Amino acid sequence: MSDEHFLRVENLTKTYGTTTVVKGVSFDFAKGEFISLLGPSGCGKTTILRMIAGFETPSRGSITVDGENITAIPPNQRRLGMVFQAYALFPNLNVGDNIAFGLKVAGIGRDERRTRVEEMLKLIGLPGYDKRFPYELSGGQQQRVALARAIAPRPRLLLLDEPLSALDAKIRVSLRQEIRAIQRELGITTVFVTHDQEEALSISDRIVVMNAGDIEQLGTPHDIYNRPATRFAATFVGQLNTLPARISDAAAGQANLGGRTITLPGLPSGIVNGAEIGLAIRPEMLSPVPRAESDISLDGTIHDVSFLGSVVRLRVDLQGTMVNVDTFNDQSAVPPSRGDAVAVHMASRDLMILPR
Amino acid sequence: MRAPPQSRRTMTEIPAPGRPIRRLNLEWLGVAPFIIFAVMFLILPTLYLVSAAFVGRDGQLTFDNIAGLFTDQILAAYWISIRISATSAGIGAIAGLAITLAIIRGRLPDALRSAIMTFSGVASNFAGVPLAFAFISTLGRLGLVTIILKALFDIDIYRAGFNILSFWGLTLTYLYFQIPLMILMIAPAVDGLKREWSEAAQTLGASSWQFWRHVGFPILWPSFLGTLSLLFANAFGAIATAYALTGSSLNIVPILLYAQIRGDALQNPGLGAALALGMIVITACANIIYLVISARAERWMR
Amino acid sequence: MKPNKLWAWIVFGIGAAYFLVPLIATFEFSLKMRRGYYSFDSYASVFSDPRFQTTFGYSTLIGLFAIVVGILVVVPAVYFVRLRLPHLRPLMEFITLLPLIIPAIVLVYGYIRLYNSSSIIPFTGSALGTDVLLTCAYVTLALPYMYRAVDTGMRAIDIKTLTEAAQIMGADTARIITSIILPNILVAVLSGAFLTFAIVIGEFTIASLLNRPAFGPYLQNIGANRAYEPSALAIISFIITWGAMGMIQLLARFAPRTSARTD
Repeated sequence: MSDEHFLRVENLTKTYGTTTVVKGVSFDFAKGEFISLLGPSGCGKTTILRMIAGFETPSRGSITVDGENITAIPPNQRRLGMVFQAYALFPNLNVGDNIAFGLKVAGIGRDERRTRVEEMLKLIGLPGYDKRFPYELSGGQQQRVALARAIAPRPRLLLLDEPLSALDAKIRVSLRQEIRAIQRELGITTVFVTHDQEEALSISDRIVVMNAGDIEQLGTPHDIYNRPATRFAATFVGQLNTLPARISDAAAGQANLGGRTITLPGLPSGIVNGAEIGLAIRPEMLSPVPRAESDISLDGTIHDVSFLGSVVRLRVDLQGTMVNVDTFNDQSAVPPSRGDAVAVHMASRDLMILPR
Repeated sequence: MRAPPQSRRTMTEIPAPGRPIRRLNLEWLGVAPFIIFAVMFLILPTLYLVSAAFVGRDGQLTFDNIAGLFTDQILAAYWISIRISATSAGIGAIAGLAITLAIIRGRLPDALRSAIMTFSGVASNFAGVPLAFAFISTLGRLGLVTIILKALFDIDIYRAGFNILSFWGLTLTYLYFQIPLMILMIAPAVDGLKREWSEAAQTLGASSWQFWRHVGFPILWPSFLGTLSLLFANAFGAIATAYALTGSSLNIVPILLYAQIRGDALQNPGLGAALALGMIVITACANIIYLVISARAERWMR
Repeated sequence: MKPNKLWAWIVFGIGAAYFLVPLIATFEFSLKMRRGYYSFDSYASVFSDPRFQTTFGYSTLIGLFAIVVGILVVVPAVYFVRLRLPHLRPLMEFITLLPLIIPAIVLVYGYIRLYNSSSIIPFTGSALGTDVLLTCAYVTLALPYMYRAVDTGMRAIDIKTLTEAAQIMGADTARIITSIILPNILVAVLSGAFLTFAIVIGEFTIASLLNRPAFGPYLQNIGANRAYEPSALAIISFIITWGAMGMIQLLARFAPRTSARTD
């Protein structure tokens, strides 16, 4: 039972003076889940993490881990592990002593410490590094040591505070895969704070999208990306084109888009005839060639072509509205060029309706 | 400081082979005054004294001057100087560190912090004769604190054995510039202790004391030692405060050397040089001890 | 969860008491020249003493010369070492640390023995020569502080990039130093200057042993012969030191900063 409600946050609120940075947030996660708190800077995600760690005292609400209410427990008795953005390795201790620190203060014997350090170094792929000092390691290596240090005492919960944002792009991708693999191997419940939506989408079991101290949406990466619950969630996660449309017949679910009448599935109630709406669609759901499910086609001109590698992004002018159209790179085809006329195809079921 | 107009010519012409040397000259010309100054007013006088310590009245090499240091009076002077310097440096360093930790880690208000830093700048330079006056007015026989303690609490500190002209009197006075100096020198190191380090230690289960024992103090240790050795040298060479406080009644090395230079005592230039050499050796030793310990402690630093 | 700040306040309180009580006591004592009531008579007595005026003037003058010489010696050296001779940096650091390790009394003893009237450079042979020697001695005393102030100033403005930018536009070295570097490190240089002044103004040992009519020996003389004037002088000295340090604080607000810092 407590495995299903392993980490439970209820009505968590944090107020500084007159500003409320976290507004009554609640969530509930199962043991072994990898959870991301995703949002722009200042959205309160770091404050939530620091309240879970115990460095900030909640103004209201409670935090429960494995059935134990830890809201009032000092940080050094919470048995959590934390990895910081700037590594925060102890510069005066070598790698082995850094990893063993939590074991040492817990009073674990020298032999067991040594065994565990070796085990951890193997886990993070740095065997034999125990005598090195932090300054002798690259950023990626330091962060892996920081991860090992955090998980060595077998914490109940692992907290990651933007652990990848100080690293180079390449290392960022490889290390996040490594973190995920280690987390799976150990089955440790993990809370990961990030402002990078791609990072959150790629490694999480579930994502909490936050904005202005509140939860915008909580769901799996697939849900968040494909069925954003709010306008904020839709625009913050992934690329999004917005096409202006006008409701022509609310009862029949019909709208006018670029002079054509289209039928929209699942038009929310309360929308009246003549209402201006925004239709959102991901760039990869637009196509310069018709696909089987395409039922709408709009004419435009190519304004710009950006070659992104595996994807070629076309910026298309659709009668005054700029949209991005992502196509896969094709070695054999002639690349489209500026000024070409193009028809943009889409399926009406891929359109998301955003209130204007 | 004048640059040849050549620099513009070489933009269009192939650089002449002589140009790099010219540039070198200019650089050395800029550094030369500093080097000459250091040689004339730091290196030569010191070396001269060091060599003079080994020359007798007849101009011959001798160890008599060094041997002459080993009299009861001179040894006692060195001993009391070392004790006062070590005590005032040690207490000053610990008290200074405590105050620095209080204002930075104890999160006292920012305004208080900048006030303390400014005051430290003033007090660390408020040494010498005026400082002696201040402590005579405070803890002298007619000093305010002496009188208040007697009048209100019936405690006569002079009857209890205290004397401003004594070891503890001088140490207490020296602390007035030692503590602020420590605060000024150690504050950057304490500022350099990242908040994440103590937070990381906490999540790993460490108590506040365990954090300081294994991480905080070891990181501060080299800076602490460095400042400690500076404080020691600072007190060891100080004479104005002691002289104004006690005249020549307190037998410390700088006062002895001062009297020797003035020709009031000893009347032996070789012995004077030996006294000076002894002072250099002791302050140098304090710094060498620091360098050795910090080199061992700093193997984790770049 | 928040560390208890009580200990911090206790430490601060003890420290504040130790540092403020002597100031209060000295001030109180300086007001007691007349029996029975407080007066500023001791201050009046000090200010009307012609020896106060001459010795203070003399020390101020020597201090100003020491500042000028210090700037001329330190600024070009720091500039070229930072720019082109970085391998000399450890040597500079070492040399500028020496005055903190070699006691002033030892240095002045060396000067007296080395530059006496029968030597090659007989500084102590004439009053003017001795004044020059005293000035140089004060430059030496202030060297660690002047060096660090200037070095910090140059680090903050990234002189390498500034110099290269000026060179690209065709400026020669003299122009670079006078119109680019100096204005930008003016605040740092002035900080060093005020620090030099604070160190020099009441200096006793060197002035006394060189037998110059400076403020420090005058203070000592008053201390040995008067009762209340020393307290007044201590307060005055404290205010002068405070003034010099206050100027540094004030100047720090005008210090230039560039976003790019190389070290």
